[in-house]
Amino acid sequence: MHKILLIIQREYVSRVKKKSFLLLTFLVPIFFIGMYAAMFYLMKKGYEDNFAEITVVDEQGSFYEQLRSNKNVAFLPATADFEAEKEKLRSSKKDFASLLYIPKDIYNTRSLNLISAGKSNLKTRDEISSQVQEIIRNKLYQDAGIDKNLLATIDPNVTVSAREISSDGEEKNANTEIAMGIGVALAILVYLSLFLYGVQVMRGVIEEKSNRIIEVIISSVKPFQLMMGKIIGIGMVGLTQFLLWILLTGGLFTVATTLFVDKESLESVAATQGEMSQGNEQLSTAVEKSAQMGGFLEAIKAVNFYEIAICFILFFLAGYLLYSAIFAAVGSAVDSETEANQFTMPVTMPLLITYILSFGLIINDPHGTISTWLSFIPFTSPIAMLVRIPFDVPLWQIATSLTLLILTFLGTTWVAARIYRVGILIYGKKPSFKELIKWFNYKS
Amino acid sequence: MLSIQHIVKDYAEHRALDDVSLEIPKGKIFGLLGPNGAGKTSLIRIINQITAPDSGQILFQGEPLQAKHVSQIGYLPEERGLYKKMKIGEQILYLAQLKGLSKTEALHKIKYWFEKLAIESWWDKKVEDLSKGMQQKVQFVATVLHEPELLILDEPFSGFDPVNASIIKEEILALNKAGATIIFSTHRMESVEELCDNIALINKSKKILDGSVKAIKDQFRSQTYRITYLPIAGVSPAVNQPELYETIGSKIFEDEINITIKINKNFTLNEVLIALIPTIHIQQVTEIIPTMHDIFVSKVTADNPQNYVSHA
Repeated sequence: MHKILLIIQREYVSRVKKKSFLLLTFLVPIFFIGMYAAMFYLMKKGYEDNFAEITVVDEQGSFYEQLRSNKNVAFLPATADFEAEKEKLRSSKKDFASLLYIPKDIYNTRSLNLISAGKSNLKTRDEISSQVQEIIRNKLYQDAGIDKNLLATIDPNVTVSAREISSDGEEKNANTEIAMGIGVALAILVYLSLFLYGVQVMRGVIEEKSNRIIEVIISSVKPFQLMMGKIIGIGMVGLTQFLLWILLTGGLFTVATTLFVDKESLESVAATQGEMSQGNEQLSTAVEKSAQMGGFLEAIKAVNFYEIAICFILFFLAGYLLYSAIFAAVGSAVDSETEANQFTMPVTMPLLITYILSFGLIINDPHGTISTWLSFIPFTSPIAMLVRIPFDVPLWQIATSLTLLILTFLGTTWVAARIYRVGILIYGKKPSFKELIKWFNYKS
Repeated sequence: MLSIQHIVKDYAEHRALDDVSLEIPKGKIFGLLGPNGAGKTSLIRIINQITAPDSGQILFQGEPLQAKHVSQIGYLPEERGLYKKMKIGEQILYLAQLKGLSKTEALHKIKYWFEKLAIESWWDKKVEDLSKGMQQKVQFVATVLHEPELLILDEPFSGFDPVNASIIKEEILALNKAGATIIFSTHRMESVEELCDNIALINKSKKILDGSVKAIKDQFRSQTYRITYLPIAGVSPAVNQPELYETIGSKIFEDEINITIKINKNFTLNEVLIALIPTIHIQQVTEIIPTMHDIFVSKVTADNPQNYVSHA
């Protein structure tokens, strides 16, 4: 037992001390934060730059006084006629200046022209159109004899909130888009990590074999101890990396937000994000906007991040143990990494197929027959189950899947160890699958 | 020290060891000889518990060989290597700890050996920065650091220049003097005669010869002598005596004559000399004792007459 700890320690320390580990550990959070900061900055800038000075040529007469200036738009009365104002605008070269022409029959045509020195901002147009709409609507109410204030009080303001009732009778907000996003993210993360760390195990085995240090080591420890020590050590490197990423990203994020962002602009960005999620839809009123934002945040809050994190760690670990044992056996059977391809291809096929399926079939029908089966079959479950987790999988399914995965891991480790103990001592021979079976049957 | 009893090891295509039994006496240097592919490495791996025999058993100081004995064995394989990216000091420390030494013990002994071989400055170097010979030195230290009672050295001198080879040879002899039993596998017969007390010769998976070097040489003595003489003036030399011996060769150096004879059974050197003395001046008589190399080649060639090519 003492020796396996030594091996774990060496495998762990030698990797964690590597420059590439430190680099990856720090670069990934910085990359995320950087990306987020860049997005944030662009949005904030877009919002702040969104100031327009609009000269209004009001042919209608009573329209100008109903327009309201705010921090984004300033309405100014025209001092000359339309053509003269146009000339003024052309010569002013102020790219935030615009000229709004309101025709006499605006209440009937309901169209008006905005002439800008630079490119007219979408935001400015939206602002104008919503104000103009409001003015016309009020006029129409008035003409039809409807009391606007009365109307406001009888607004039924119906919202349909999609809620899902789970088997334990608890109601939750069902937000499919968020679940889908998390599912896809989990699929990518677990697929890449399984490969990254599995291949590291294989490389480690090949390194020991090609260095010829293997014979010295297994004259001191059992091949099984060496294999498990390596697998556990590298698995711990993976966990350390995840943990550091979470801590660093969280830490950097907190520091960055408190240092550079005031609360108000954070809110404004959140509002902008809310709008962006609505795509090309007609801009809704401020009230609706904030309601939707609230729903979005509520839906995010409803996601059980603890459950997802725990499931991710468990399924990553079990899946890693399963595949790394296979990778170790493959590494022992070959002399170089290039030779390893013929074996890694078939054994990682289930992973690849599940990975590809998770973007279509599983994500669209997470509780369908195929998805459910894939999340039970041990070779595919680490990915398939994690994709399904955000869609609320019953606990018994998670438990069954995990149990099957662990049992299979024990089985593959046993098989892999039998191939490994023979493979590490054989050089210069590219074995066939038939040969591997022969190795498996050797007496130990 | 080590009693190897009726070991059989089969691989898929062939039998690597066929009923091999050996006794390795405590405190001796034991030469394990044999051509490539004879089964030496298979036997060494079994002694190191890297693989297990299909049948037969090994006793280590009277006890069946088991995992706990690993800490009392030091093994220097023929194909050797170290972690390329790991610092020398850390690497030896790791290997020593795997052999069961505590960290403080190991550090203490590493210091001793590094000073002894004048390689203290290597601690922070990486293996990839060392020459092949330097790597071998490091590997030797890793093998002997835990002061094993049994040292198994597979071609220990390969890769060393003559100066370092003799340093290592001195260290091996010193360890032996301090009580370590050494199994020494090699093709270099001159080092066998120089170092080994006992040998075993393995060929085609079978042990074909074993015993002390002296006994084996005695066994291969064939009453062959070289006699150097001067003729006595006026006397015809009566050197042709087929009833006493067979003349294998003769050479003439100016006035000196050299004959090589093989004395027939039931006769002694004395009888031959008595017969020769009246007719010649005997200058020198030397017994021709076969070298280990000769014994090796003659045994192996006799064992597989068609296709054996000497490795020595």
